[in-house]
Amino acid sequence: MSNLTKLTLSAARDGLKTKDFSAVELTKAYLDVMEQRRVLNAFVTETSDIALKQASLSDIKLTKGNAGAMEGLPIGIKDLFCTEGVRTTACSRILETFIPPYESTVSGKLKRAGAVMLGKTSLDEFAMGSSNTTSTFGPVINPWRRKSNFASPLVPGGSSGGSAVAVAAHLALAAIGTDTGGSIRQPAAFCGVVGIKPTYGRCSRWGIVAFASSLDQAGPIARNVRDVAIVLNSMVGYDPKDSTSAKISVPDFEMALTRDIKGLKIGIPQEYRLDYLSNEISKLWDDGIAMMKDAGAIPVQISLPYTKYALPAYYIVASAECSSNLLRYDGVRYGLRIDGKTLDEMYKKTRANGFGKEVRRRILIGTYVLSAGYYDAYYVKAQKVRRLIYDDFNKAFQNVDVILTPTAPSSAFGLNEIDDNPIAMWMNDIFTIPTSMAGLPSLSLPAGLSVDGLPLGLQLIGRPFDEETVLKVADVMERSIDFKEIPSLLRD
Amino acid sequence: MTHVIQGNTGDWELVVGIEVHAQIISKSKLFSGSATNFGADPNTQVSLIDVAFPGMLPVINEHCIEQAIRTGLALKAKINLTSVFARKNYFYADLPQGYQISQYEYPIVGNGNVVIDMHDGSTRVIGIERLHLEQDAGKSLHDQHHSKSFIDLNRSGIALMEIVSKPDIRSSEEAINYVTKLCLILQYIGVCNGNMSEGSIRCDVNVSVRKHNEAYRTRAEIKNINSIRFMSQAIDYEARRQIDAYERGLQIRQETRLFDPKNGETRSMRSKENANDYRYFPDPDLLPLTLTQKYVDAIKEKLPELPDERKKRFIDNYKLSSYDACLLVAEQSVADFFESVAKGRDPKMVCNWMMGDFASAMKRMTRTIDNPPVSADNLGELIDLIYKNTISGHIAKEVFLTMIETGKTPTEIVIEKELKQVTDSDVIEVSVDSILESNTNKVIEYFNGKDKLFGFFVGQVMKATNGKINPVILNEILKKRLESLKVLFNEDNDLL
Repeated sequence: MSNLTKLTLSAARDGLKTKDFSAVELTKAYLDVMEQRRVLNAFVTETSDIALKQASLSDIKLTKGNAGAMEGLPIGIKDLFCTEGVRTTACSRILETFIPPYESTVSGKLKRAGAVMLGKTSLDEFAMGSSNTTSTFGPVINPWRRKSNFASPLVPGGSSGGSAVAVAAHLALAAIGTDTGGSIRQPAAFCGVVGIKPTYGRCSRWGIVAFASSLDQAGPIARNVRDVAIVLNSMVGYDPKDSTSAKISVPDFEMALTRDIKGLKIGIPQEYRLDYLSNEISKLWDDGIAMMKDAGAIPVQISLPYTKYALPAYYIVASAECSSNLLRYDGVRYGLRIDGKTLDEMYKKTRANGFGKEVRRRILIGTYVLSAGYYDAYYVKAQKVRRLIYDDFNKAFQNVDVILTPTAPSSAFGLNEIDDNPIAMWMNDIFTIPTSMAGLPSLSLPAGLSVDGLPLGLQLIGRPFDEETVLKVADVMERSIDFKEIPSLLRD
Repeated sequence: MTHVIQGNTGDWELVVGIEVHAQIISKSKLFSGSATNFGADPNTQVSLIDVAFPGMLPVINEHCIEQAIRTGLALKAKINLTSVFARKNYFYADLPQGYQISQYEYPIVGNGNVVIDMHDGSTRVIGIERLHLEQDAGKSLHDQHHSKSFIDLNRSGIALMEIVSKPDIRSSEEAINYVTKLCLILQYIGVCNGNMSEGSIRCDVNVSVRKHNEAYRTRAEIKNINSIRFMSQAIDYEARRQIDAYERGLQIRQETRLFDPKNGETRSMRSKENANDYRYFPDPDLLPLTLTQKYVDAIKEKLPELPDERKKRFIDNYKLSSYDACLLVAEQSVADFFESVAKGRDPKMVCNWMMGDFASAMKRMTRTIDNPPVSADNLGELIDLIYKNTISGHIAKEVFLTMIETGKTPTEIVIEKELKQVTDSDVIEVSVDSILESNTNKVIEYFNGKDKLFGFFVGQVMKATNGKINPVILNEILKKRLESLKVLFNEDNDLL
């Protein structure tokens, strides 16, 4: 049965349709593997009962012929999506026991499409991090190991580390994550899987525990481009409950995979050639460019001059928004409460104990940059920078159809390697943050292995609401790259 | 008019600006679908958004936007086609989100004005600085338990308009007239019920004093005043406190103060330096609110008649005095009542009746115009009877009282009590003659110059006929009769 977990999502979909196996069989196979690989700590909450119940319903629908687009396909859901009746923690102590009486729009859409929820996947606390080490439930372990040091565990990247590991270690056919500054793309790159952050406004944010409202966006992680396209189709769409969701028609993303990228112009931003970029990542990028050329696309040098300001501006905007979004966790109505003699003391005790170090750091930064006398110098300026970054991309997209960059400046790092250096940690998102600031769709796909045997990712960035071109180009690249490596832990 | 306050060091001028928080009449809250009924059981009108559960998002209630625009238009104000909702961040147990969604830098309504009517018949224009939309907070109940505070979130998220005046107000009388007029405008356009006791209207008052022609001095803000009388008391107290301080060589701190109705004083709540830093920033959950001029124009077209316009129409069309018109429009339903009675009748007569017997009956019976002592139809019928000389004004007063007592129509009462006025000259002549004949001595006195006796004769005739004789006709006939008698009297003194 365990061969079932080796199937891609599209292959599993076909197998269900042709009755090669049932949704219950498929789900059981995943539940078995989940149990075997609990050491990876990818799931915070496993929902096997719900999964099996959903799977048997799916089997009925598959038989009756009224199956949804995701019917019977087992997936993981980042524990940032509120799920009705199932604990939703954001991997924070402050929400450790929180059970929402409602279902997020995106997870609800997937469920209505027939998807089977295997469980809630881990993340950096409140999605703040690039390593999935700040979860109150402990770090998630990357199934990949360095050739040079097989014993030492590596981080999966973050914040959607649990989702990326669930997919990479075959604990789920796909998983959904959220991306604020790279939280889908960077862990996808670190774990050798595909992840896409759609355009801001494509997916509803309703029911997703908010980190930074103007940046947060849901997206899928899966084993290949076709699979993310399939899952994405069941996640997107205008939602009247989210004022920032876009009233825009939804294409069939799978249909976009036409394999034809002849004549497409591929932008190569010169500013992304950082001095400290390793040779192997430079080479990976160059190889990617060459592959596209072979496929008939035209590489074009472009300039995104404000790129270098993106990271500091991002940390101001995201921290400002989170400092306000997290005010509601005050111990009054739900979640953790630690009593105090006064209301203020209860607040202080609850929040000091409920939030981890990284979350507290960002709340402090956010509070500082919004405070009287600093607002103009930090927040307003960062918003101006954000506008300039958007204009940069806008200008570039007058000449090119898609932009190609590395996803991250390095491969996965060791569990405790840079924990004590927040800036070094934040640098992980140097290539993903500008797109988040501009709200553009962007996808990471595995493009090769590092010298030390770890997956490396390339990032494709598209015009607003042009996920189709991004997916089409990614699909072509995926074929050229033909990435067949499987994580160290899965080799036997 | 200039209003001065006497101090030991000379005259002072009062400078007041008022922020009025008006609850918008709306079925649901500003950003959620919860109901907004006043007086519901605690925490029964609360949605997941109002309780700020994780992942909940605000969605603007279009009706509230429309109400704010209507209010802006009624205040002759600029409607900003782009406005931005911002978060005002602070912790409090009755503020679930930890921030209030408000408008800060970019309010939906800009400069406007309110014309206030002073008791001497003059008017003054008070500038409006801005109007913005915001969420109300919940209610903390501190008196339900000896050590705990209870929170009721029914009010949390209800739409408020904050209407900020310019510091144009110069006396507590003007302050009263300003708030009264503003409430009236809000009631006319139906955006707010203007009920201070239910908290639909709350005022923050900024008070400072200065010497004539000086720049503004430091102001104190008196928060959460919930009655017009308290507002007036608070302003007068605060002005006196500041003048006394200055005259003793002290300074006034910029601070927030509370009015204590028990002893009529204001006292310091917190100084601005210790105030919260609200860390305003645009709410990233809401896109900037953009309107089209077409949308605004369409709303403008449907705006009902406003108090000032109605007053002008009453003066122009009904030929009422400015004073009367002012009194009538001061309550929308009073003006409506007036108009339904005045239709096809003498407006001045209707006005006099409404201000006179009708108003005093209403007061005596503690009724309101919505539950009037007599209906508009019946009052109209009564006025018709007077107009057609069926009854005299004097009899009408009596009929009016009977109408209230019995609920019968005036016509019914007149028939039943046989109150129909006598207008037949022959009949009246007979009564007059009979009175004159039985009072010959008085008639002679009258001829000899005691003119006052004319009234006596009238009274006697009225008494003899139960007041049913039309006084105008009676006067005419009596005069004629006396004149012809006088001719006879002069011709032949012996006759009498």
